[in-house]
Amino acid sequence: MTEASSLDDYALDGNAIGGLLIALFGTEMTTAVATCGSCGAVRQVAELPVYMPGLGIVVRCRSCQSVLMVFTGVRQVTCVDLMGLASLG
Amino acid sequence: MAGTAVRGRLSWQTVTVGPVTDETAKVRTLRLEVPDWPGHRAGQHVDIRLTADDGYQAERAYSIASAPGEPLAITVERLDDGEVSPYLTEEARTGDQLEVRGPIGGYFVWEPGSDSGGPLLLAAGGSGVVPLRAIVRERSRAGSSVPVRLLYSSRSWEDVIYSSELDLPPGGVKVIYTLTRTQPPAWHGYARRVDEQMLTEVAWPASERPLAYVCGPTNFVESVAAGLVGLGYPPGRVKTERFGATGQ
Repeated sequence: MTEASSLDDYALDGNAIGGLLIALFGTEMTTAVATCGSCGAVRQVAELPVYMPGLGIVVRCRSCQSVLMVFTGVRQVTCVDLMGLASLG
Repeated sequence: MAGTAVRGRLSWQTVTVGPVTDETAKVRTLRLEVPDWPGHRAGQHVDIRLTADDGYQAERAYSIASAPGEPLAITVERLDDGEVSPYLTEEARTGDQLEVRGPIGGYFVWEPGSDSGGPLLLAAGGSGVVPLRAIVRERSRAGSSVPVRLLYSSRSWEDVIYSSELDLPPGGVKVIYTLTRTQPPAWHGYARRVDEQMLTEVAWPASERPLAYVCGPTNFVESVAAGLVGLGYPPGRVKTERFGATGQ
């Protein structure tokens, strides 16, 4: 492998936030099905690109790159924004 | 769906580092002694959290290297600019304590009989071999006879993790190496990055209904997964787990 050539080389996937999602939702979520609110693409959470730039976690749609979920942590409390999703389950 | 704030429910627990094994110059396996470990599935991971004296915390996910039923172990590759892996690979000693939560994951897991019976193709880039090794061990432990091909891409022979174990694979498991940077003298194996031609030669034909697990740095996973879909693997039969860029 060579050095990362683009931002996308730094993308993880939904597997990486499995622990956070169990902590938040109380159940295994990487096999949950996410529907993009913008383009309607349907994917398991494990397959979605995940960016962790440091201040928070951004989960995007693999088809149209829209932001689906954002998680930010402040003093042991995690703020969850699911506005980009049409459904999750 | 409206935003909200929730307190964590999956709890961190303090565990003790057990025996430590050096796998390569940059890779180490650590046994973790966890009171009341609930057991895990092959392919799952744990989150590890370190807390500095000033309260700063860093956490990372590490694949479980051991099969279900075996003592919990993780294999960690040192990333020179990492926040957690330098500690785990250089500082941590038997008897030290860490915070762990898990087991985690339900997508990148394999259990005997959980698929529709086709052969298994495992593709690893670097330390992406860790959860795939757990799958191979679980296959043996469970007495499964599903045929397995493990395509393992490393920079050099010195970077191959679990080499002594993989050199003597159980019956029905074939390991194919590619060494992308340097090769030992008289190396007859592949000596390039995984490409379409290599996948054509190594991967089970799509007509055999194989199930694929691909794990490694993001660009490795993207190219291998796309290559398999190009060979006719249905996307739903190609399970992927990405580590992000490792600079390798």
